[in-house]
Amino acid sequence: MAAVEAQPQFHVLAVDDSLIDRKLIEKLLKTSSYQVTSVDSVCKALEFLGLLNEEDQRNSDIKVHLIITDYSMPGMTGYDLLRKIKESPSLKDIPVVIMSSENIPSRINRCLEEGAEEFFLKPVQLSDVSKLKPHLMKENSKEIPSRCSSSGPQQCFWPASSICI
Amino acid sequence: MDVISQLQRQFIDYTSSLYREGYVDDQFSQLQKLQDESNPDFVVEVVSLFFDDCQKLVQNMAQALEQQNVDFRQVDSHVHQLKGSSSSVGASRVKNACIAFRTFCEAQNREGCLRCLQQVNQEYSVLKNKLQQLFRLEQQIIAAGGSIPMVE
Repeated sequence: MAAVEAQPQFHVLAVDDSLIDRKLIEKLLKTSSYQVTSVDSVCKALEFLGLLNEEDQRNSDIKVHLIITDYSMPGMTGYDLLRKIKESPSLKDIPVVIMSSENIPSRINRCLEEGAEEFFLKPVQLSDVSKLKPHLMKENSKEIPSRCSSSGPQQCFWPASSICI
Repeated sequence: MDVISQLQRQFIDYTSSLYREGYVDDQFSQLQKLQDESNPDFVVEVVSLFFDDCQKLVQNMAQALEQQNVDFRQVDSHVHQLKGSSSSVGASRVKNACIAFRTFCEAQNREGCLRCLQQVNQEYSVLKNKLQQLFRLEQQIIAAGGSIPMVE
C-alpha cells in the first residue's frame, strides 16, 4: 500500500437524496474549509467508501474524515448507513453525523446509541457545521483499504430489496 | 439621492417587506450570508432549483390526486419533500402550506388536499415573482456600479 500523505484539508462525505440540501451542505462545508464529496444515496456512499464492491480499487486512495448523512432517504436510510459503517472494521472509526428535518427524540436517541456523533436538525446551519471539528480525526485519519478487510461476507450484506442505481 | 442609493433603498425596503410578510424567514438570510465571491450566484442557483422542484412536485401531487383511488401516502411523500426543500431555502409560506397539507393527507381527505395543493401552488407562484423582482433589483444595483446592502 502506498504511503499516506497528510492531507491539508478534511474530506467530508455528504449523503442526501435532496439536490437542494446537497447543494446547501456542500456550501456550508466548503465555506468551513472542508473538502466535500456528495452523493445522493446510501448505495453510492457505500460504493464510494469501497464497501459495495470488494474488488473496487478505483477509490483505494480516498480518505474520508467524516460522514454526514440525511436520515430519511428512499431505499437505505442514514441509520442503515450508520450501522454499516460501525459494523465495518475498516470504517468504524469514521465519525458519522445524522441530519433530519424531523425532531423525533426516539430517532435521535437511536442514532446516538448506534454511534452517531451528532444529530443535526434541518435546515443545517454554519453554527452546526462548526461543531464538527472536535469529532474529526486528525493524525489518525483512516485510509480506505482497497479490499474490504471484514471477516466474512455477512459484513457487507444488505437486503436484496435495496437496489443500487 | 443618486441612482445607486435609490436602488439600494428600494432593495432594503423590498427585502424587509418579504421578511415582514412572512414570504421568507431567517433561513433565506442564511443563504445570502453563504454567498461570496467564489460563488456569487449561490442564492439564485439554489432558489432556481427550489422553483424547479416545486413545479415538479406540484405536478406529481396533482396527478396523484386525480387518480380513482388516491394513494395518500404517495401524495404525502411529495408534500414532505416540498416541505423539506422550502424549509431549506427559507420559503416559509410555502413550508406552512405544506404543513397544513400533510394533515389532510393523513386524514385521507381528497377535497382538503386539493385545496391545499391550490394554496401551495399560489404561494410558490407569488414567491417566485417576488424573488425574481428581488434578483432584478440586485442586478440593477450591480449594473449601476453599486453593492448589495446586507439586510438584517
